Amino acid sequence: MNSVLSQLQPPAPHLGLDQEEDEFTSSDPSAWGSMGGFGNLARNGGVQGMSIPRVNDPTAFLDLHTDNMSSNPEAKIKIAHGTTTLAFRFQGGIIVAVDSRATAGSYIASGTVKKVIEINKFLLGTMAGGAADCQYWETYLGMQCRLYELRNKERISVAAASKILSNIVYQYKGMGLSMGTMVCGWDKTGPCIFYVDDDGQRLKGDLFSVGSGSTFAYGVLDQGYRWDLTDEEAQELGRRSIVAAGHRDAYSGNTSNVFHVRENGWEFIGNYDVNELWYEYEVKKKAAREAAAPAASPMAVEA
Amino acid sequence: MELNGGSVVAMIGKDCVAIASDLRLGNQSVGVASNFEKVFPVNDKLYYGIPGLASDVYTLREHLRFRVNMYRMKEEREITPKTFTHLVSSTLYEKRFGPFFVEPVVAGIPSPTPLDPHPRPFISTMDTIGCITTPKDFAVAGTAADKLYGVAEGLWEPDLEPEDLFETISQTLLNAVDRDALSGWGVVVHLITADKVVTRTLRARMD
Repeated sequence: MNSVLSQLQPPAPHLGLDQEEDEFTSSDPSAWGSMGGFGNLARNGGVQGMSIPRVNDPTAFLDLHTDNMSSNPEAKIKIAHGTTTLAFRFQGGIIVAVDSRATAGSYIASGTVKKVIEINKFLLGTMAGGAADCQYWETYLGMQCRLYELRNKERISVAAASKILSNIVYQYKGMGLSMGTMVCGWDKTGPCIFYVDDDGQRLKGDLFSVGSGSTFAYGVLDQGYRWDLTDEEAQELGRRSIVAAGHRDAYSGNTSNVFHVRENGWEFIGNYDVNELWYEYEVKKKAAREAAAPAASPMAVEA
Repeated sequence: MELNGGSVVAMIGKDCVAIASDLRLGNQSVGVASNFEKVFPVNDKLYYGIPGLASDVYTLREHLRFRVNMYRMKEEREITPKTFTHLVSSTLYEKRFGPFFVEPVVAGIPSPTPLDPHPRPFISTMDTIGCITTPKDFAVAGTAADKLYGVAEGLWEPDLEPEDLFETISQTLLNAVDRDALSGWGVVVHLITADKVVTRTLRARMD
């Protein structure tokens, strides 16, 4: 009876320095096997005491050893950074477009990263900043959204889902989490985008771009954005914006993943090579220039 | 080096050498120009590349142009790759306590002389203050240097004919800069043989 009771109780609050016991030293046999949780997830789905460096000032310790958005570029542990992600609301739903480059310092660690995290059939999350932070917490968000569905017999709203995430990252504020994410989805209220970042900021909006290449993406996005864009026009605008960012920003590029969120859930539109698209756009630009220029006289001598 | 980015590689073949550079000029993460060549000719058998701080690239190039011209007038002959390497080295060491932020690479074919009728192709590279290394296979420098070592180590083989050397150096640079965020945005290759120099600009990834 006692053990059942203790399982129903919320996980013990994290004890910090005094906490000597971890999952391996736990003497309770029910902590193992199917009665245990998974990793640091308790049976009830809560996150159990995430371990923290046993030093006086964990934040300073982390700053010293990790390269957090170039505040300490000399640090030995380089966290994958550098990204372009965007999402915008329009007449036909939401377009989410991202690049696929992961860098550690100036080294391109990967060109095939999935920066859109499929939380469930109706919710997408984007990934900018620490890849692991985004992946872990957005997957965790997916679990919480499913539990909400089971408990309330109703799909969670985008506002509520994004608030679960922002509340989590706020708990860890100042401890080195690095994420800039957009939670996108369709709920009772229609298409909806929330921007959530590591310092706990949570904003609702029609158009966001996040990451080192975001300024370049905004340039193209603002220039071409209208509410009454057709589906094809909107997808093309998302693609074009990522190509612009991938071209100018050293830490963005390789390929672009495009998603379209509609009333009945999201749809994966495609994976496009940023470099091939860039050359395509150059050819089109050249053709447009030639069409606009007055036709050369037949007397003209070729250079 | 990490302010503007950029990389250079040189390779030895059979009676030929090749030297190639990327074309990017950046301001940290922002690409600014895609036509910034880092390889310059001294004469039609001797080229050198200087990746590093863009302002020093220009300063050093003009500095060396002046000194090579003075050498030509005094000696009434063309400078050899080996002598030029020492000229670059001393020029760099003059600034021992406030160096040029560049890592030069020299590549050339010496002209035959009575003393040395069959000279071998020559490459050399230096650090920022002029310490010379003269490899017999390939030389790399710039922000993608470590990646270039990896690819070159895998692709290079001895006694490559000019066409094969061109393919080897092209693939080496192209693939190395694809793993470096601060290099790329186009590639230019110079293939130097005893009787001519072939310069080609390659279609490279632009992201």
